[in-house]
Amino acid sequence: MTNNTSSGTTAIALAPKADRHFDRKGLVQMALLGLLLLVPIAAYFMGHIYYVNLASRMTIIAMAAVGLNLAIGYGGMVSFGHAAYFGLGGYVAGISAYHAFDYSLFMSWPISVPGSDSLLVVWLVAALLCALLALAIGAISLRTTGVYFIMITLAFAQMIYYFANSWPTYGGEDGLPIYIRNTLPLVDSSNSLTYFLICFTGLVLAMAITSRLMKSRFGAALTMARLNDVRLATAGISPYPIRLVAFVISAAITGLAGALYADLNGFVSPTSLSWHFSGELMVIVILGGVGRLYGPLAGAVLFVMMETLLGGITQYWQLFLGLVLLGVVLFAKHGVMGWLAGREHNE
Amino acid sequence: MSDVVLSLQKLHKRFGALQATNDVSLDLQQGEIHALIGPNGAGKSTLIGQIAGNIRPDEGRVYLADTEITGMNIAQRARLGLGRSFQVSSLAEPLSVMRNVMMGVQALQSHSFRFWKPVARDQQLLEPAYEALERMQLSHRAWTPVSELSHGERRQVEVACALALKPRALLLDEPMAGLGPEGSAKLTELLEALKLEVPILLIEHDMEAVFRLADRISVLVSGSVIAHGDSQAIRQDPRVREAYLGDSDA
Repeated sequence: MTNNTSSGTTAIALAPKADRHFDRKGLVQMALLGLLLLVPIAAYFMGHIYYVNLASRMTIIAMAAVGLNLAIGYGGMVSFGHAAYFGLGGYVAGISAYHAFDYSLFMSWPISVPGSDSLLVVWLVAALLCALLALAIGAISLRTTGVYFIMITLAFAQMIYYFANSWPTYGGEDGLPIYIRNTLPLVDSSNSLTYFLICFTGLVLAMAITSRLMKSRFGAALTMARLNDVRLATAGISPYPIRLVAFVISAAITGLAGALYADLNGFVSPTSLSWHFSGELMVIVILGGVGRLYGPLAGAVLFVMMETLLGGITQYWQLFLGLVLLGVVLFAKHGVMGWLAGREHNE
Repeated sequence: MSDVVLSLQKLHKRFGALQATNDVSLDLQQGEIHALIGPNGAGKSTLIGQIAGNIRPDEGRVYLADTEITGMNIAQRARLGLGRSFQVSSLAEPLSVMRNVMMGVQALQSHSFRFWKPVARDQQLLEPAYEALERMQLSHRAWTPVSELSHGERRQVEVACALALKPRALLLDEPMAGLGPEGSAKLTELLEALKLEVPILLIEHDMEAVFRLADRISVLVSGSVIAHGDSQAIRQDPRVREAYLGDSDA
């Protein structure tokens, strides 16, 4: 290893490092990710396509929550408007497919923008547009804190919701169907298992990026912005730009999940922009464990399972969701992951 | 003039009818400890706020070395070399001492939009932070969470955080507050050694420490500096005795 520190300085004791491979936390995390990967593969080969798509849904919701967790859990920014990015990502997929389907133009002036049925193009545009939207919303919202921040992010998301509701070109409140799933080169994205694996890769990448980010200098600054922003400013780093960039990255991840979701369902509607969905994402993050890497995954698995199993028994399944949430908030402060895998330390 | 590291020029700050800072000018010179004392409600906190950057003065200017910093925010002032500690410790408690001190080093080296390289083994960050801790005799606690430290150790961490900025001037707001006699004596000793490298503007209630440490003392009463001089002069100044030290001992 080369380092350019001056010679003669004594080596500094590094942070004590836990053996990460065989502890309880590592096992729980590997089991969770492993099950999410293996169960749909097994289901596919047993012919249960329904369960493959259900797993895709879990995976995508988890990815959206990974994005929100970056804002809420790591950045301390309680956004109640992340449906805006999820929905925008979905509409990018929908609108792009709509124009690709009938060879029309999204806009013709000043530049002509056609649709595209390429997933790569859709993802790129979705991530960029969500980042831009979050830059604008975040730049204004992050001037406030606490309840005001929650309310202002909600207000912006509602504006976009009503906008989509009243735009007849793209279906208005009826939503917009995607007749043929957008495509990738080399692989058949219309195959349910292939599509699940695409979503799974997206989730793992989103988690890997979050993890790496939080260990970097940027992550150190963001952590300090959450814990004590006066200390961060006193140390010479303005909290505002740090928070804003984290908010933008968070929105881009959630937006990508939204694009995947629209292509999974072959449909996008204003429902994906509604405050209900913002709330569901928050519930998932809290259920799983705020500010924990695997929290959103655990939360999403639990949420979708409850929705599917209990929703099949009674349409009032959210009553039980409420009870579980109450239990978690009262008795397992660090969420399901905290309960299964033990407390996490900040080092 | 080149010896002046920090200078306040004719600062005024008014909150409604209350004149919290009234025409305050003072400076801090290389190699000294300049103590600022005053009874409760004298406007010390408002004045510190104007130096540190969280309060804008209505009138007047603040200079750090030759740079005017009146319009700068807290972070900009810190990067220019103004280190400060707080009256009530302001640290990120769940994090280790090292992680708290490292922030200042990070701010000095570059912007914080570095997304990839992990900080936990970044010698460029660790070494200067470790040095700052050694100066405050705390390197053995580097990886202890702040929440497990004693009150006195936290006060030392605060100063170490400020030192990590390689400051040109230190602004210490009641560093002895809440310390027992032993802790107070230890910190006094550390500050005495420190002042040769970094001049210190010391706001302090502990008079014993002030008279021992300060080269110069300014006394703030009702927003104005009513007296200024070395400890001998301040002890004997009748206005100070009246306003601050209490008339009863006279």
